[in-house]
Amino acid sequence: MDFIFELLIAIHIIIGGIFILVGSFGMLKLPDLMSRLHAPTKATTLGVGGALMASMIFFFYRNQTIFVHEVLITLFLFLTAPVTAHFIAKAHLHLNRDQKSTLPSTNRPKGWSTFDAAGGD
Amino acid sequence: MTLFKRWLPHPLLAIALTVFWLLLNSRFSLGDLVLGALLGLIIPILTSNFWPQRPNVRSYRHVVIYVLMVAWDIVMANILVAKLILFRPVSQLKTRWVSLPLELKSPEAITLLAGTITLTPGTVSSDISADGQSLLIHCLDAEDAEVAVRHMKNRYEARLKEIFT
Amino acid sequence: MIAYALTFGFFTVSIALLMNLWRLIKGPSTMDRILAVDTMVINTIALIIFYGIKYDSTIYFECALLFAMFGFVATVAYCRFILRGNVID
Repeated sequence: MDFIFELLIAIHIIIGGIFILVGSFGMLKLPDLMSRLHAPTKATTLGVGGALMASMIFFFYRNQTIFVHEVLITLFLFLTAPVTAHFIAKAHLHLNRDQKSTLPSTNRPKGWSTFDAAGGD
Repeated sequence: MTLFKRWLPHPLLAIALTVFWLLLNSRFSLGDLVLGALLGLIIPILTSNFWPQRPNVRSYRHVVIYVLMVAWDIVMANILVAKLILFRPVSQLKTRWVSLPLELKSPEAITLLAGTITLTPGTVSSDISADGQSLLIHCLDAEDAEVAVRHMKNRYEARLKEIFT
Repeated sequence: MIAYALTFGFFTVSIALLMNLWRLIKGPSTMDRILAVDTMVINTIALIIFYGIKYDSTIYFECALLFAMFGFVATVAYCRFILRGNVID
């Protein structure tokens, strides 16, 4: 029984560490800012989730208490990672207005909201 | 305004706040419950100007199914993208911008859709058109724009349309 | 066995932090550097969690929760400053 718990904890730590490493390595390797956005915001979040699962199992095994702070941290990271990715993408679009022609058209009367205002101005 | 709507404008938010307060303290004593209920009553009233309408969720069973499906997609797609980052040379990645026409109307539904698209690896939602009917998405590796758009619409937007009327 | 896994975990998170530092120094645009800072914060959360497992004390989770909240608010503040010119209007 002890062995199974230790194996589970070790597996979660190792998988979490590997995903964190892959996320940061992707940030180094990919050529463009928008491609670089994919790697850390997703793989790193999953890696930290794995590390938190490991700590939950560890403290349940050692002290017989279920400590829900880890679940709260994971939930918070999963809720805020898309928001930061969207903000960084939008600021990048704002800073590089000269690349506006590479974007697809919206098929609507108005353009993308970083460049065109809605309603009257 | 009825009395119920005035003192409890967002009941789900009140319950969620109470539960979060209890979870943060890791204790389930009566004093904590009373304080949590008090916070759950006061905070929605104080911030009620920031959420003018309630989202009308049609069925909560679909919400649970949606959350489980998104969690499964996150794990599977992260493994795929990890393989993509490690083993494929950079010149073979076809990154492209895709424009997704929306059929959802309420802001909460559009936010959930954009968040889900960002969480599943391979796509990041970047911008929205000025009248709110079209979403700009950046794909990491998509050979065909139409296939990617249709896949995202079938999987996520159809279910969100079921949830939010 | 947990000790070996923890050593591996510390090793990978440290290498990831060094890679983020490289991107912070080198990144050709401002947004690269903001992305590097945000990723550093998330890697620091993982480091604190591993530390808490190693020294068998649950008090480090408060620290990790605070780091998560402040890291998010910092990134949003930087981006809002670039988009609008002021953070709270």
